[in-house]
Amino acid sequence: MDLSRDTLISLYKTMTTIRHFEERGIPETGQRQMSASVHSSAGQEAVPTGICAHLTNEDYIGSTHRGHGHCIAKGVDPKNMMAELFGRSTGNNKGKGGSMHIADMSKGMLGTNGVVAASVPLAVGAALTSKLRNFGRVAVAFFGDGGANQGVLHECMNLASVWKLPVIFCCENNGYAESTPVSYGLSVANVADRAAGYDMPGIHVDGMDVFAVYEAAGEAVARARAGEGPSLLECRTYRFYGHTVFDDPLSYRTKEEQDHWRSRDPLKLFREMVVPEGLVTEEELNQMDDEAEALMEEAIKFADESPMPDPLELYDDVYVDYPVDMMRRGANMDI
Amino acid sequence: MTTDIMSTTVDREILYREAINEALRQEMELDETVIIMGEEIAGGAGLEHLGIVDAWGGPFRTTVGLIQQFGKERILDTPLSEAAFVGTAIGAASTGMRAVAELMFVDFVGVCMDQLLNNAAKMRYMFGGQVKVPFVLLTRIGAGFGSAAQHSESFYSIFSHIPGLKGVVPSDPYTAKGLLTAAIRDDDPVVYFEHKGLYLDKGAVPEEPYVIPLGKARTVRPGKDITLVGISRMTWVCTEAAEELQKQGTNAEVIDLLSVSPIDYDHIIDSVRRTHRLVVVDEDTPVCSLASDICARVAEEAFDYLDAPPSRVTAPHTPVPYSRPLENNYVPNAARVVRTVQGLVS
Repeated sequence: MDLSRDTLISLYKTMTTIRHFEERGIPETGQRQMSASVHSSAGQEAVPTGICAHLTNEDYIGSTHRGHGHCIAKGVDPKNMMAELFGRSTGNNKGKGGSMHIADMSKGMLGTNGVVAASVPLAVGAALTSKLRNFGRVAVAFFGDGGANQGVLHECMNLASVWKLPVIFCCENNGYAESTPVSYGLSVANVADRAAGYDMPGIHVDGMDVFAVYEAAGEAVARARAGEGPSLLECRTYRFYGHTVFDDPLSYRTKEEQDHWRSRDPLKLFREMVVPEGLVTEEELNQMDDEAEALMEEAIKFADESPMPDPLELYDDVYVDYPVDMMRRGANMDI
Repeated sequence: MTTDIMSTTVDREILYREAINEALRQEMELDETVIIMGEEIAGGAGLEHLGIVDAWGGPFRTTVGLIQQFGKERILDTPLSEAAFVGTAIGAASTGMRAVAELMFVDFVGVCMDQLLNNAAKMRYMFGGQVKVPFVLLTRIGAGFGSAAQHSESFYSIFSHIPGLKGVVPSDPYTAKGLLTAAIRDDDPVVYFEHKGLYLDKGAVPEEPYVIPLGKARTVRPGKDITLVGISRMTWVCTEAAEELQKQGTNAEVIDLLSVSPIDYDHIIDSVRRTHRLVVVDEDTPVCSLASDICARVAEEAFDYLDAPPSRVTAPHTPVPYSRPLENNYVPNAARVVRTVQGLVS
């Protein structure tokens, strides 16, 4: 691919920021004993990076339980994300959501989501809004290989195809739904094969190669923007860690398999493909790694120094308008 | 003209189903971001070559004529995919539309509950207040029509139980229009329960748009000896029972609940403090029900005023049966209410 130096720098910067967020933020969250429900996307950085590079702040994405990478690629500030993981009032969601619900409506980020494939119709709905109001925006619905078997996804692919909505269904196939291999639960060889059932293009790409993702996503996004309807883009990728921070992936994956995919680390592949071309140097990439590391230090400091929510915020934002008395009446609350 | 926000004295009378249609039409005229989606809401939507774009206007004709006026961009007849279109409506509502989705019968909620429970109800809270979800789910309740167990439930209590959702149960054409107008204009998700047994009821309805506030009950019959609380069509079972009770010397007050979230407990408690007795008449099943909840609340907050146990007349804890004698016994009726009241006042 013929990409500008600026684009190359931007792609790498996003990937290394995601990597550093996962490598630092998740253990730091664990040390603060905030949550066990945190899912690392380390290893999968090329997918959100290659796709969101084609989106603006006005475009929408719906994300998954493994969504930190989607957030960062969509422009959500890692400082606020870290604060959200630490349960602080400066978090994107004021500490109300945590890792599985990070949202930033100012960036078109419709939330990471704790229910598999549940965010897909939200993205489809955002695409409908765009179409009806002539916003010219597109929406990306991220889901995993586990989500590929959820009924709501299939209903949504049909609906989006019937209504020719500007949406890209993006399957991040990392090979495992929790511990269950994709081969066990999928009736077809590739998730992308299922696009035929909904009369949309189905593309299968190497999800460790950010350029392959970038190129395929460019076509799908262009098709959506042109009003030609949805696409299904499957990116074959791998998560370097377990389903959550607690499971040992070697209980269901072989070391050989893990080593193989580690050798195809998307940041490493990027270096191998880009540095010999001479547009970006090894030193510049190292410097971006250092900057990402510094950003995480800053984010952790910001989060630690931020206040916890006031206990009375328990009752805030349940509704736009509802009597607070009705939320605690009869519950014998302390506050 | 309207003398009280909870009732009207206008001469113009229309059907309950026409009141629903009128509220939808007027709100779509007033606000171009209002859209409606659902199965058969137009019907025949794919048969444009036959000139048919409105074969049904909804299975109960509540959306009749809307596609002709507003076009298929805003009247979105959907494939049979409740999870997809309910979720899509929620997504549209959270990104700039006022989205109305119609779930043909509340019994079908199982296929789209995740979207209501985990997205519509929780998004605003989970996201720290970043989003409003002006979404209305129109759905139908009510037994008594030989439709059996999967088309007859009155499951509003499930929705009352979910923080983040509101719910309304209009009981006549006036409340049908006013509550639907309020629901569409509201910035929170609202579930709107139409009762199948009320569609052909006729009543006074002002022509201009008006709003009945969400979360407010109304007293439809004043009385001093006992408070009867009706939910949806059960309000009229209560008034029928009250007429019979009057003949027996018992003066019953009847409250029409109108909202199942928030619940207007204060209106009920104020009444019970005067009457000292309570019966809640609920077409839903009795376990963990709205009737149970209201009785518990009254027992907690008005215990000293009570002269008899707060009581309930409800459907039994069974699915809705098909055969007429079975179904007739399932749905609460005035005779059961009268008998229950007799046991409390004697």
